[in-house]
Formats: sequence, C-alpha cells, structure tokens
Amino acid sequence: MLQQYHITFIQLITIKGVHMKIGLFIPCFMNELYPEASMATYKLLENLNFDIEYPTNQTCCGQPMANSGCAKDIKSLAEHFVNTFKKYDYIVAPSGSCVTMVKEHYSEFFDDDDVHYNKVKTSIYEITEFLHDIIKPENLDFSNISFAHKVGVHNSCHGHRALHLGTPTELNIPYSNKLENILSLIPDIQLIPLNRSDECCGFGGTFCVTEDAISTAMGRDRIQDHIDSNVEVMTGADMSCLMHMQGLINRENKKLHVLHIAQILLGKEL
Amino acid sequence: MATHPINAAKYVANDERMHWHDKALWFVREKRDTAAHGLPEWEQLREYASTIKTHTMNKLDFYLEEFEKNALAKGIKVHWAKDALEHNQIVHSILEAKNVKKLVKSKSMLTEECHLNPYLEDRGIEVIDTDLGERIVQLRNEPPSHIVLPAIHLKKMDVSDTFHEHLGTEKGNDDPTYLTRAARASLRKDFLTADAGLTGVNFAISETGGVVVCTNEGNADMGASVPKLHIASMGMEKIIPRLKDLSVFTRLLARSATGQAITSYTSHFHQPIEGGEMHIVIVDNKRAEFLANEKYQKALNCIRCGACMNTCPIYRRSGGHSYEHVIPGPIGSTIAAFKEPEKHNSLPFACTLCGSCTNVCPAKIDLDSQLYNHRQDLAQNGHLSKSKMGSMKIMTYVFNRPKLLDFAGFMARKVVPKLPKSMIYNKFNVWGKTRDLPEFPEHSFKELFAKMEKEKKQEKNNEQ
Repeated sequence: MLQQYHITFIQLITIKGVHMKIGLFIPCFMNELYPEASMATYKLLENLNFDIEYPTNQTCCGQPMANSGCAKDIKSLAEHFVNTFKKYDYIVAPSGSCVTMVKEHYSEFFDDDDVHYNKVKTSIYEITEFLHDIIKPENLDFSNISFAHKVGVHNSCHGHRALHLGTPTELNIPYSNKLENILSLIPDIQLIPLNRSDECCGFGGTFCVTEDAISTAMGRDRIQDHIDSNVEVMTGADMSCLMHMQGLINRENKKLHVLHIAQILLGKEL
Repeated sequence: MATHPINAAKYVANDERMHWHDKALWFVREKRDTAAHGLPEWEQLREYASTIKTHTMNKLDFYLEEFEKNALAKGIKVHWAKDALEHNQIVHSILEAKNVKKLVKSKSMLTEECHLNPYLEDRGIEVIDTDLGERIVQLRNEPPSHIVLPAIHLKKMDVSDTFHEHLGTEKGNDDPTYLTRAARASLRKDFLTADAGLTGVNFAISETGGVVVCTNEGNADMGASVPKLHIASMGMEKIIPRLKDLSVFTRLLARSATGQAITSYTSHFHQPIEGGEMHIVIVDNKRAEFLANEKYQKALNCIRCGACMNTCPIYRRSGGHSYEHVIPGPIGSTIAAFKEPEKHNSLPFACTLCGSCTNVCPAKIDLDSQLYNHRQDLAQNGHLSKSKMGSMKIMTYVFNRPKLLDFAGFMARKVVPKLPKSMIYNKFNVWGKTRDLPEFPEHSFKELFAKMEKEKKQEKNNEQ
C-alpha cells in the first residue's frame, strides 16, 4: 500500500534528549475501513523517531452512543480507554472528534482529581495538533514531498471549534489554522480558500441517518463549495466527515479526491 | 414522534427554495461577521454580556423587586403572571376595563409563546401585528419562522399574493417598495384607530424602572404613543441591573441580529404618555424552572437576536417551521426540549453539535452543550424510541468486547464486498440512500500492524 507514497524524510530537528512514548489511538471505524490513513498516521510518527505503541485491545471511544443520548452506558468504554492509554506520554489519533470525545465528555465518569484521566485528557492530541503544538512547524521538514495539487481544507467542527485546530469564522480573535500551517510546509501544495471555510458537512454521527435528508443536503453543499473553488483534493483531520462526503462523491460521480491529512503529509500521490 | 426529520425532508425536497433560504440567512450571518469583526472589543463585550446576565439571574428576585418599585414610582402599573394563561388574562382584563376593541402590537416573541392573539380574538378584540414581517405571517395565518425575520421563509411573490388577497394590491406586483408602501398605508390606519398598543420588551432596567424596545420600523413607538394605553409584556429574564449595562447589549444586539451597528429605533419607555396608562406584565411561564436548573440556566441569557438561527446549518436548510416550536433553531431547541421534552424530543437531535451557535451567541449561551445534555436527559427519561435505545445498547455491547469487534469487522470486510449491490442498498440502509458505502479494505489496520510487527521481528532475528 505504501508504494504509492514518496519516501519521506521528515526530520525532527530538536528532540533535546527527551524520550517520549506515544500511544497510537486509531478510531474503531478507521481501523476497520481506513487502514491506509491509519498507517499514514503511524508512519508519520515513526519517521519522527518516536517510540510508538499501538495497544491492540483498544476499542471505540463511545462517541456514537454519547451523541445519541446514551453517555451513561459508555462508562466502561471510558474507563477502558483511560486504562489502556494512561501510561503514555502522548496519545495521538487521526480524528478530531474522537479526541474531543475523550477530552470533553469523559469528565462525568471520573472524579475531578482523578490522576489517570487528567493525564489522558491533557496528553491526547489529534495528529495535526500534535505536529503543530508539540513538534512545531519549525522542526518539521516536508521539503522533499511533492503535492502539486489544489487542496481544500475541510475544517471538521469538533476539531475546529472544540480542539481549536483553527480559528472559527464566528470569533473575533487572531486567525490561525493548524491544518493550513502544517500543509503549507509542503513546497508545491496549493491551498485554496473556500466560500464557507468552516461550514459543517452534515455528518454528525448518527445525525447522518436520523436526519439523512438534511445531512445529505449539507454534504452536497460542502462538496459543491470545493468544486466551485476548483479544488482537486479535499482533506481534513476527521475521517468520519470525509467518509460521508466520499460516499456522496462516489454516488454522484463528482470529480473531487478525498484524502486524510496524514496521507498527504506522508507524501501520498494521487 | 420524530417530527423534525420529517419536516426537514419535506423542506429539502424543494432544492431551489431550500438553497434560497440557506443563502438568505447566510447573507445575514456574513453581515453579522463583518459587524462583529469591526469591533476589536467584540469578544470582551460578549464576556461582559454573559457576566451581567449571569449575575442578574443569580439575584433575579432582588432586581425584579427593585424594578417593580422603580416602575411604580414612575406611575407604571406592574403585573405578575406565573404562566401564559395568567398573562393573557391580565392583558385581557386591562383591555376590557378600557373597553378596547382594537389592539396594535409590535413584535413580541413572548405573546407568541403565550398565544395571546387567538386568546384576545376569541374575546372579540381585533389584534393587528405591526411589524412588517409579523403582519405578513399574521395575514397568512402562519406562525413566524424566525424570531427577528418572521417572514424569512417567504419570497416577494408570496408576499405579493398575500397582500393582493388581504390588502387589495395589484395581482403579480412584487415590487418591494410598492408592497411596503401598501402595508404602511394599511398599518397607518390601524395605528390611528387602535384603542391600545402592546409592545414587547428587549431590556427592562432595574435601576430606572423603565423598559427599552428595539425596532427597525418604529412601529413600537407608534403603538405605544398614539393610543392612550400601552401594555409592555416581558419575560422575567429581560431584566438588566443598570442603565449603563444597556450599552453592552445594544452594541451586541443589532450587530448579532442583522449586522447593523444599532437598530433604527432604541426606544426608552419610562412613564405613561400624558393622560394615558402604562402597564408592564412580567411573565414567568417556566423561566423559574430554567433558573433552578444548573445545566440549562444559561438559556435565560438569550437576548433574542436570532444569530444562532442564521448560523445553524440545519436551520438554514430546514426552515423555522420545521421545529414546530414558537422559537426555532438552537435556542428554540433547548427551550422546547426543556419545557416539553416528550413533544420536542427530535429537536436536540436536529443538530450536528458543530458549535457554531455557541460561538455567535452574544450572551455566550452554551447551546451545543445544552443540546448534548438534552440528548442524555431524553434517553434517561425514556423519551427516545425503543429501536434507537436498542441499537445503542447493541453497539455498546460490541464495543466493550474488542475481540468481538475485530471479528465483526473481519466478517464485514470478507462478506460485504461479495454481496450484490441490491442486497447492500436496501431500504434499511439509510446511509446508502444517497451515499455509497466506503470501499471495504482487505485488512484492518490492526491486521496490517500485526503483520508489520512480525516482519520487523523477523528482520531483527535475521540480523542476529
């Protein structure tokens, strides 16, 4: 599978003698349906010379049930997650919404001073966020990757507004966007601004089936915005949103590629 | 009853109209952005508004009493209504005492909430809504579809047809200026012949005992000044402590609502007009229950600007009427689900938890968190369908057993790609109605990872 990628030499310029252990959290549906994007996440971290472990007893974070009103039922999943990942210095995942679930919605299951949950909560990162905030752009070198395409960034809501991967258009605060900052390290990439830069795609977990008409309309509009802006590749930090839009694109034979941001950063060729 | 998805599907079916509605409201949202981004202190103002409101709600009894005392001192009569019916009875008794036959009313979501119009009409009093948008929907016998833009669901030709039928305008003439002039001429007559005027209240100032009403059409001023009797109806959360607090809210309100720096009219009513009477009706109607509930209390911070509607991607594409609640959109959904959870159980789910509403809210109401909490409460209190709860239980069972999950995934990857399309895309596959399923890969990541680890180990062994 990885033959399609450029061989990349992303180098960590400064480690400063800290040996960090990373626990890789691959969301359940990505494990089953998107092994390539998952592997790209792993390889990115491996190229940075981290000691990475992938605990194979990990399971779902509980988000689908919690967003459907059944948060009370997922206590065991939350405890399992914390037990599985508490030993790592950092927990990294290729999904903004699953990270949000752990960070924002697990608190009801643990005491305020629970050492293990507080550690997990503060050490879990979405992959772009990890590269941006922990490694930092100045220490990353993507100069030998080529991705000479017009790319549109789909800012998935949970990553965008809950994890603050980017400045939401609603707020009057200085602009920054971690996805754009990291992607723009690729020398020949063309990042294309969209008409509505942070409109929801309508996936929304079970929303995509309980409100399928609106969900479909929102997804189509999001895709059309990319097409109207002459984007060739849509990317983002949440595979679930991309899965929803890829499903619509395939059904309607639209000309738009969809890639998880980790795939582009690892040097995926179209 | 899952009513929102059904209504939304109908709305979406008219693709052209749905997109027109979406674009009209997005235009308002963008105007709001331009106005908000024009003030460097915008986020600070939102913080002030939230702090003032939260402070006021925590001392509401004190501020209400102070307000009453100061209003009485100005010769204003103050009434207290515990619910919608009591509000309507009080308004009716005031009107009846003055033998009022015709009432002109400016925009008031509270009177919509209380269903005042039909109550008074049943008792022989003619009620004329004087806000242009409200007048249009009143003539059409429809509820407003938006709290600031009541007729935003209508196109100019719809208005033309309505005015032709009710006001005798030319058939087919949909020139906005022509239609507005016709409405104005008709309303002018109503203002001059009305026996009383009723207004809503945007802000009630505890320190002064007066109320402030913000409009763009000046209709509240006409209604409160021409007839000798003025009634102002307000929810008890409209209180702010001091006059100087008002500037925080007036700066936020119009910018959030329509992108204007300020509404055309910001009218202060501090006493009855000469030879007239002024009454203020303060309404609870379950607001005290909100106040007592930590999870939802902040909903009382709402200043009814409608920004959460304009930004909501679901509201924009399903229209206000799809919510079947007097206040639609994110704030309407949390209010509705709090007051009548069983009836409005689909509203907290008419949301992707995108969080845009929380970010635009000038009073920083945690709207998306409230809707998430409502989902939990609905499930806990048995207000969700058995099939939904059942499927969630099954999912939780599987997810609690990683080995079983691996096996289920393995089977799906083996079996699904071999199935004929007709079998995959059946009526039970809602996802597949409009979307293709993802291509099932041969191996899961877990399988690939295990293989990779094995190879690495072998390589190491070979080296040794």
